[in-house]
Formats: sequence, C-alpha cells, structure tokens
Amino acid sequence: MEINAGDTAWVLASAALVMLMTPGLAFFYGGMVRMKSVLNMMMMSFITIAVVTVLWVVVGYSLTFAGDTGHVIGDFSEVGLKGLLAPEAVSGTTPTLAFVAFQLMFAIITPALISGAIADRATFRGWIAFVVGWTLLVYFPVAHSVWFLDDGNGGWIGDKLKAIDFAGGTAVHLNAGAAALALAIVLGKRVGWKKDPMRPHSLPLVILGAGLLWFGWFGFNAGSALSAGTTAAVTFVNTQAATAAAVIGWLIVERIRHGKATTLGMASGAVAGLVAITPSCGAVSPIGALILGLVAGAVCCFAVSLKYKFGFDDSLDVVGVHLVGGLFGSLAIGFLGTAAAPSAVDGLFYGGGATQLGRQALANVVVGIYSFTVAFILGKLIDKTIGFRIKEDDEVIGVDQVEHAETAYDFLGASGLRGHTPLARPSDPGENENGTTDTSEKEGVNA
Amino acid sequence: MKLITAVVKPHKLEDVRAALETFGVTGMTVTEASGYGRQKGHTEVYRGAEYEVDLVPKVRLEVVVEDGDGAEVVDVIVKAAQTGKIGDGKVWVTPVETIVRVRTGELDGDAL
Repeated sequence: MEINAGDTAWVLASAALVMLMTPGLAFFYGGMVRMKSVLNMMMMSFITIAVVTVLWVVVGYSLTFAGDTGHVIGDFSEVGLKGLLAPEAVSGTTPTLAFVAFQLMFAIITPALISGAIADRATFRGWIAFVVGWTLLVYFPVAHSVWFLDDGNGGWIGDKLKAIDFAGGTAVHLNAGAAALALAIVLGKRVGWKKDPMRPHSLPLVILGAGLLWFGWFGFNAGSALSAGTTAAVTFVNTQAATAAAVIGWLIVERIRHGKATTLGMASGAVAGLVAITPSCGAVSPIGALILGLVAGAVCCFAVSLKYKFGFDDSLDVVGVHLVGGLFGSLAIGFLGTAAAPSAVDGLFYGGGATQLGRQALANVVVGIYSFTVAFILGKLIDKTIGFRIKEDDEVIGVDQVEHAETAYDFLGASGLRGHTPLARPSDPGENENGTTDTSEKEGVNA
Repeated sequence: MKLITAVVKPHKLEDVRAALETFGVTGMTVTEASGYGRQKGHTEVYRGAEYEVDLVPKVRLEVVVEDGDGAEVVDVIVKAAQTGKIGDGKVWVTPVETIVRVRTGELDGDAL
C-alpha cells in the first residue's frame, strides 16, 4: 500500500505520546512509595526505556513482527531492523519504521508496569536482568501472538483464535499483571508489611503521573488504529468516556466503603479505566464505554484489597489494577461488543452469543498462566544467582541509598553533607592537618 | 533567665510571633514538630488500607527571656495560641544557667 501522510503523522505522534507514558508511570509509582525509595521506583520505570529500546532495535522487533514461527513468535529476518530504511518498507499505510517506533513504546511500558509490585526491595541489577529476560521470553511472543496478523496464518490469539485485543488489555496489562503477581510472591513481603505505615509520600506526584498516563493513553489506544481516521476517533472518544466513568466508579465505591473520596482513588480509578478500555476501545460504543468504565473502576477498587486477603505484597497494586482491569476490559468485549464499532463483533448484550466471550477468556487465561510461570521461574533464577532482593538492613535504610547512593529530597540543605570536592576513597590514607600523610591515624575523610 | 518552650498549632504560629514581638521579645527559634497529647491522631485510608496517624503536626517555639518576664511571656503565648479546642498545645518554663552570644561572646542578659 501507499504511504499515507496523515496516518504516518498520527502514528509517529502517537509513538511519542506512548513514550511519555513511561515517565508518567514513574511519577505515578514514585509518588506512591515512601520517601526512601522514590528514586529507585522511578528508575525501574525509566530504565526500561533504555534497556528495551536496545533489545527492540537489535532483536525485539524482528522476533515480534517479522514473519511467523509456529504462530507464537516471529523470526530473525529483520534483526537490527535490517532492510527497513528503504522507502519500500511499508506497513499498512505508514513506513514500517513508524510502526517499529510505535510498537517499541508498548514493549517499554509493559515491563515497567511490573515494577510496581516490587517496590522498596529489589536490586537494580536483578530488575534489569528480569526486564531483559521477561521481555524476550514473554512480551515478544505474546505481542506476536496477539498482534501479528497474516490472513489467518499469524499469531494464534489475534489471527487464529480471533480474540480481540485492540491496544493491549491482554498483551500489555494482563500480561504485566500476571508477572507482577509472580514477582510479588518470589520477592516476598516488605519488612513491616501490614504493620508499618506505608502511605504514599507524595500524592501530587501520583496525580501528575496519572495525568501524563491519561494524556499518553490517547496515543496508546487511538494510535493503535494505525491510521488517522474513524477508528482512531472512535477509540479516542471511548478511551475518554471509560476513563471518566471509572474515576466516578472508583470514588463511589471508596466513598461507600471508607467514607471519603480520595485523590489516590481518583488517580487509581483513572488508570483502572484506561486499562479496561485498552482492549475494548475499538469494540464498544461510547455508551458501552461509559458502562465498562464505571464497572471497571468499581471492580478494581475492590480488587486492590485482594492482596491483604491472600497475603502477597503487590506493593502498588499492579495485580488489582492491571491484571484485573485488563482481564475485565477484555472479557467485557464479550458482553458489550457491538458490530457497529470498528472491531465489528456483537457481544452477549447485543445478541452476539457467547463465542467471543469464550475467545477472550481463553486468550487471557493462557497468556496469564504463561506470563506468571515464566516470571516466577525467571525471578527465582535471578534471586538465586545475582540476587533480586536487597538485604533486610538495607531495606530499612532505603533502597535509594543502598542501590543508587542518592537521596530524593534534601530537606536539610547542605548541612549534613561533607566533601564538595571528590570524596577520598576508603582506601586513601588519612591526611593530617599539615597535608602530610599519616597512615597510623585513621581520621581520613571517611573514617 | 528562663527558657520558654511552647508547642502550638501550626496555624497559630504567626499570631504568637506577632504577639511576642509586640510584647518586646526580639528573637525565637521555631521547629516543626509532631506529637500528641489529649488530641489523638486521625485515620487515613489509601486504597482501602487504613492507617492510624498518631502524631499530629505542631510547631515548637523557644524563647529565652529575663527571669522577671517569664510569667508574662507565657501569658502572651497562651492568649495568642488559644482556640479553645482540644490540641491547642502546651507551654512550659525551664531555668537557664548561661547564654552566650556567639558573635561577641557577651553573656547572659547582654546576650538576649
């Protein structure tokens, strides 16, 4: 097909929008942890931009979208984005590299979502190893299965089973949520979980993050139309409608259960709505989106309490929001889907029978089990080899200091700091006042 | 000399400071503090997890005055900080042996 300038512009702009979601997620998560781990929390998101981009250019795009191997993964034919510079390299109506850029941003944010489950307690090297392993073993094959379409010969979920996942309810959110559950179990509970107060250190950061996510999500969902036309407009409006309703849904439940509507609930409701409409934004009407969002907000508000019942420390509720929200949004297609929408499938409420619901359920169950299993084994493997959980003492001090040698907020100005010149290393001999070295005295700068 | 320490509600700090200035107290030290007395804390809920916040934010201000001014300064602070509701705070007086002004080395009364 010919390259269409409007479509290309929208896909490239959408790629930039989705890129912004990961720093947005860093704020969303960063505000929710305690002061001593905000930097590590934000860095776990931000570092995926770097790590996954390298993976994607070298091998990830090829494994996800070049050819098909057994309907579960691509091949190595476009390793290093080989052959995609030429003007003939076209995907749909855009240059293939526009599609490469757009899909890259999805590959980045998906592992970043998982980090919320392991706040305050993961080694940075362990996290990087996990991101590399999980993206290679889980994200690429799952994204291929869902989104690589080739007239019935592509990925098994999207092309053979015909389960609908417009922008990533299954491939991104349920997938990340299942891995998050596995990691929360592998790493175990934080020191003092359920006993010590672990309230968010900065709700304004959480709200800033939720706002950036909401903004970027228009690229995520409406950009997934891969064209600048009706489908993009429909998914844009559905995204807005569902998210708005989910904010209200969450706050109503919260108000009834706990007596107050909170800012954290507002921000969480927005994200829950965005997650739930992600797979379904092309399948429902705007009224359907309102209903879907309202229920999703309420359901996720209940779901975040599950971890206390089952005793896993999913610190920032990746399971309650992304696994539950993604699953709910995906299954909702089986009820609220309407043939009038771009995905063109009638759900149960529109007289379409239960076939689609069954497809949605199967796709999510298989992806969920696969992602959970691989993440669990990978997490254990990392923990046994290079270490995935920091020491208990270090956790009490704070992961920021221990893993990054930094402090987020300097409330005391410079008063507690020493050494404006580079600090002497511990191995340096101590210096006395005359500037001569005296190794017998251990009053060096670091003594 | 007397050290007068007052723990008051944060929003009353400016009233107290102004009242002390009017009275003639020329300096003070203020710290943010948290604590509780009869006014207990409150409950906060984050995504359904309830936290009892026992410590309530307060400010602690400290002034040192001549022995004879002690009682009056306490009175000034109490009047300025009072709202009549629980949690208004406390004021207490402790004797001070020596004060030195760091810049000049002046002692005691001269250092105030």
